[in-house]
Amino acid sequence: MKGMSLIVKRVTRYTVGLILLFGIYIVAHGHLTPGGGFAGGIIIALSFIHMVLAFGKDEAKKNMPNKLISIGESAGALLFLAIGLVGIAGGFFFLNFFVNKGEPFHLLSAGTIPLCNIAIGLKVGTGLFAIFMALSLFRLAGKED
Amino acid sequence: MLEFYVVMVFMILGALVAVELRGLLSSVITVGAVGLGLCVMFLLLRAPDLAITQLVVEILMLIVLIRATVGRGVSRIHCYSSFWIILSFALFSVVFLAASYMAIKELPNFGQALMSVSDFYIKNALTKTGAANIVASVILDFRAYDTLGEATVLFVSVMGVLALLRKKGRKAIDERDEPDC
Repeated sequence: MKGMSLIVKRVTRYTVGLILLFGIYIVAHGHLTPGGGFAGGIIIALSFIHMVLAFGKDEAKKNMPNKLISIGESAGALLFLAIGLVGIAGGFFFLNFFVNKGEPFHLLSAGTIPLCNIAIGLKVGTGLFAIFMALSLFRLAGKED
Repeated sequence: MLEFYVVMVFMILGALVAVELRGLLSSVITVGAVGLGLCVMFLLLRAPDLAITQLVVEILMLIVLIRATVGRGVSRIHCYSSFWIILSFALFSVVFLAASYMAIKELPNFGQALMSVSDFYIKNALTKTGAANIVASVILDFRAYDTLGEATVLFVSVMGVLALLRKKGRKAIDERDEPDC
């Protein structure tokens, strides 16, 4: 994968940040508007895929190395599990343990739900980007393309 | 109800065209059109959460399919048909249609759920969790255990893909072991 033409690279440089920002918005407002961690995480992954398609894999590896992918995937899964386990201290699994849940329709409300959304968004975004990289960089042994 | 039937006929036609087309690239794009019809269907049924998720998953799967299969020169499709294949397909479709007719007859009417737990969610979700989006409060608070299971499925599948397609540990073609049998 060598990347695409100059026009695609120039347009990508302007749009990829906006796509990433929109994904973060969808994740952060998952408890207020439609969307949530899964959809927002896929949009975050799509912004990185956009960069891989336009600039080639070497440029993208600089911005998103393999180690960062595995750290993000594991951190998302562990954070989501930890939120569930902390609830056991208060009574049962996945207890919404904030006593003051905040005012509804505000960004800081709904107890643990935004934290769960962020964890799932991190996990889904890095995990699906890892699947895309593995599938698109996979080549049969001994075959050059 | 008319718009549901229009979208449904569009999706069925798209699926048939995707099966019958010869080129792999056109088939993949037609499957994308079927997914877009499903997204419009979710919007008509007033489920914007599902519509957003369906749309972005469809885009991601289209990119992955085109990058991983079509660009690789594996786009040849062999198909052959014989009398026995057509006969077994006809027999299967008769049995399947009869069984699904008997099953669908017992379903409750469209839009009328039998269980009362959804009423509880609609009435109490805002006061109990503080989340304005009821879907988020159901999947991350009332039913968070299910979501943990889904997250585990995704985690295990990512691990499986990365373990199967890793570069280390694969042998080149000329030093591959001979099969025993």
